[in-house]
Amino acid sequence: MTTQNAPDSIYRAREELGIWEHRGKVAAVGVGHSPTARRWDGKAETSVGALAIDALRKAIEDAGVSPDKIDGLVMDSTTTTGAPWPAGDPIPQDVVNHFNPTDDPLDGIAKLSAEWIIKNMPELKNVKFTMYGPGCMSNAVVVAAQAVGDGLTSNCLVLKGWHNYSGRYYQGGENSQDSIPGTRAISGLWGTPASYGTALQFAEYCRRYGKTHDMMAPAMIQWKKNGLNFPEGFWYQHRPEEMTREDYVSARWVAKPANLYDNDIPIMVAGAYLFTTAELAKDMKQKPVYILNHASSRGRARSLTPTLDEIQDETASTGRKLFEGAGITVNDLSFENMYDGFALFHQFHLEGLGFRGIKFGEALDFYQTDISPEGPNPISPSGGNVGSGRSRFWMHTDCIQQLQGRAGARAVTGVKPEIGISGGPMPMGGNFTVWSATPD
Amino acid sequence: MPKQSPVPDELTKYFWNAANEERLVIQNCTACNRLIHPPRQACDKCNSGNNLEWKQMSGRGKIYNYGVVYDCPIRLLQDDQPFNVAVVMLDEDQGIQMYSHLPGTPVDNVPIGATVEVIFESTPSGQKVPEWRVTG
Repeated sequence: MTTQNAPDSIYRAREELGIWEHRGKVAAVGVGHSPTARRWDGKAETSVGALAIDALRKAIEDAGVSPDKIDGLVMDSTTTTGAPWPAGDPIPQDVVNHFNPTDDPLDGIAKLSAEWIIKNMPELKNVKFTMYGPGCMSNAVVVAAQAVGDGLTSNCLVLKGWHNYSGRYYQGGENSQDSIPGTRAISGLWGTPASYGTALQFAEYCRRYGKTHDMMAPAMIQWKKNGLNFPEGFWYQHRPEEMTREDYVSARWVAKPANLYDNDIPIMVAGAYLFTTAELAKDMKQKPVYILNHASSRGRARSLTPTLDEIQDETASTGRKLFEGAGITVNDLSFENMYDGFALFHQFHLEGLGFRGIKFGEALDFYQTDISPEGPNPISPSGGNVGSGRSRFWMHTDCIQQLQGRAGARAVTGVKPEIGISGGPMPMGGNFTVWSATPD
Repeated sequence: MPKQSPVPDELTKYFWNAANEERLVIQNCTACNRLIHPPRQACDKCNSGNNLEWKQMSGRGKIYNYGVVYDCPIRLLQDDQPFNVAVVMLDEDQGIQMYSHLPGTPVDNVPIGATVEVIFESTPSGQKVPEWRVTG
């Protein structure tokens, strides 16, 4: 089996494409998550491969589908952005051999291939379609949605796993060397952390609109609180402490004006969904959540990093694509769950959507109002990565659970949860999904 | 601030060789008359790689934005944190950005909009890299 990245033709990356041809015909019917951990303890049972298998089996169980009915798998094969396997470190053969390995000994430890998954889940005997939606669960979600709609697969698992090792994120590999490749040096030479670009955009935003960093505090406190109502998440499982305003505003800087809490915490975790056709969904265990549309942002910055103008243009375009393809307007949104891996860019997604009529420059003022799941304007009821750690999928899970009525203490109650939006990662460059409690 | 030493590659060797001569050059598509930075294999407007050249810049620009790095991922720079990383926009084209530590400018006291001029610093390998200094 050779699995390829999804072709460009899968993605709805332009405006004026009209209603998505599979609107309401694809449904999410199963959700599964592995336990979380801060770092890998070196054991086979807690490797990213093991976590992935656990999440997939839970998603299958949750849907009430027999595994031999599964015919597709869409996933992201990367399991980190900043924790490569340390160069020169011996690969633990006991872990490799605990599973059925592929030709790559790091498969299941520092990456995940569809081949490795299939080899280690014998119950998946009828998977004929595999594809990568690279980089993010948001990518895998839209690829799976299109694949089911196109009839390439009828019962399709969607998977994202993350690993984390000891040591500081992003500080291994090339960053620890005395030299740097010439192309990478053009922007990498100056030592900017991952959140630097977002910090720049936020700084420009604050200057342009007269806002300050501490205006983020109410939203951060709410999102952490939402995360503490997310039993599948890291903070709920390991450190269930609410954030105070003082915690947030006094946190150390990483790339000022982005502080520690504006950056998500890397963790070990895997998440999986089962997508199927709306027709097959009728006979499954859980209430189906229908996909009305997916859209992708493929905008590129003119130069080294996006300016605020570029971000605003792109997020507004993403909003137009999402609403046009779903046949809705922003007024139809019950809640939004856009990505927050760097907390300081959530507002750009929000303003691009025009959620609750927010215009450019107004999101931080909106954060001072009731944005709780119990209120009239739920913003990130999932709590996102702020609330539960670096997974890039809490937002999707929450959309599904909210619309199924399974969000527990996190449930959106101030409005009737009917349509939600999730996606990311970046305001410029991401994939987004419109979810609905009904197919039309 | 000791930086990592860039190792010129096929795409960027002209840029880094010019830096050794203390010349700032930026990639340019002659068909579109459009500067490109970071350098690419093809113009981001016309998608052609057939009309790319390197164009000499004046070495003047303005500070557009900045952040202060407190938690740097690069080992060589960690002893110097916190430090400024400013975004400079070139006089020739304000859409073209370059990063700078702004040597001589106090940390977190960066004058947005100030004019800057390019200077060249040596890295441990001898490879020079462009930096920027506030002039007004």
